[in-house]
Amino acid sequence: MTGAELFGLFGHFLLLSLLAVGGAITTAPDMHRYLVTQQHWLSDAQFTSSIAIAQAAPGPNVLFVAVLGWNAAGPMGAFATTAGILLPSTVLSLWATRWGSQRRETRFVRSFTNGLTPLTLGLLLATGWVLAEPYVSVAQYRWGAIALIAVTVLVMVRTKLSPMWLVALGALAGVLGLV
Amino acid sequence: MSVPAAEAAPLAAPANLRELFFAFNRLSLQGFGGVLPVAQRELVERRHWLDKQQFVEMLAVSQVLPGPNVVNLALMFGDRYFGLRGAMTALAGMMLAPLLVVLLLTALYGQYSHHPLVSGALRGMGAVAAGLVISTALKLLPTVHRNPMGRWLALAFALLTFAATALLHWPLVWVVLGLGSLAMLLTWYRLGRREPPK
Repeated sequence: MTGAELFGLFGHFLLLSLLAVGGAITTAPDMHRYLVTQQHWLSDAQFTSSIAIAQAAPGPNVLFVAVLGWNAAGPMGAFATTAGILLPSTVLSLWATRWGSQRRETRFVRSFTNGLTPLTLGLLLATGWVLAEPYVSVAQYRWGAIALIAVTVLVMVRTKLSPMWLVALGALAGVLGLV
Repeated sequence: MSVPAAEAAPLAAPANLRELFFAFNRLSLQGFGGVLPVAQRELVERRHWLDKQQFVEMLAVSQVLPGPNVVNLALMFGDRYFGLRGAMTALAGMMLAPLLVVLLLTALYGQYSHHPLVSGALRGMGAVAAGLVISTALKLLPTVHRNPMGRWLALAFALLTFAATALLHWPLVWVVLGLGSLAMLLTWYRLGRREPPK
């Protein structure tokens, strides 16, 4: 990849950063359009597996962006996409947070945060749904996946066990062919 | 916002940048399939740096702002205690180690991606990740009791948001602008009725 192309990659992810309301994953369709369809830097399969790897690794989901960049252009690519997706939103978040916390007790800011908290709960449920759907919609995996989800919810709500153990349990269930 | 008597256990705070860095490093490295459930467990239940209400409010703001939610949450949290240095420390704690891990995995994955044991393990971890997010939502659900618009309206907004995004696949921007503005207007109205405007 040439320097100009690398800069283009960086620029595209700068733009996506500001559009990523609701998390970086919401801009994945546009990343696919840019990286696979338009620039041919990645194949379809590479794109999908990049997201799968990031899901399986610990850390924020946004790291799939680094994997995409790495697969498209090596270390510099990973740097370009990661810095691009983080810079604008970081500046904006910090600015907005400071503005808001100085006015925390005002009716405007209280309406803003209290009005949005129910939406946050709805979005969390929706994210859980979207993550579960690929497994639950396939007859072969349905009941195993539902059982794993139910066990996870029960353990998380009732105990103080670290989520890591549940993830290990999930991996084990998968290896044993239960899911 | 006053803390109600039921949850009045005094909150702790990170002592220094080092503690902040390792707290976010630790919760991020535990976050398979998403960091949010671990962040809730670590920041609220284990370290008591935030109560449920504060967590859900921070999360609400970090979801509306563009950018990765948990990254925004880390920035806001770090900034609250140590300003810009804190924000950058929390961000670095959350990103650095997992970035190395994921790039290492990328290098390895090519060789093992088609192995049935690997794809089976990924499926199981994926299902658990879904369960973790759902349980985080369930644990934060009681915060509707303290919502100024009343618990039933708040619950209705949560369910409508779920239906619009998960079932109807509406673009998030429109959900936030539509349902979000309506919810904010209602809250504004209720807050005004309950107490004289400031």
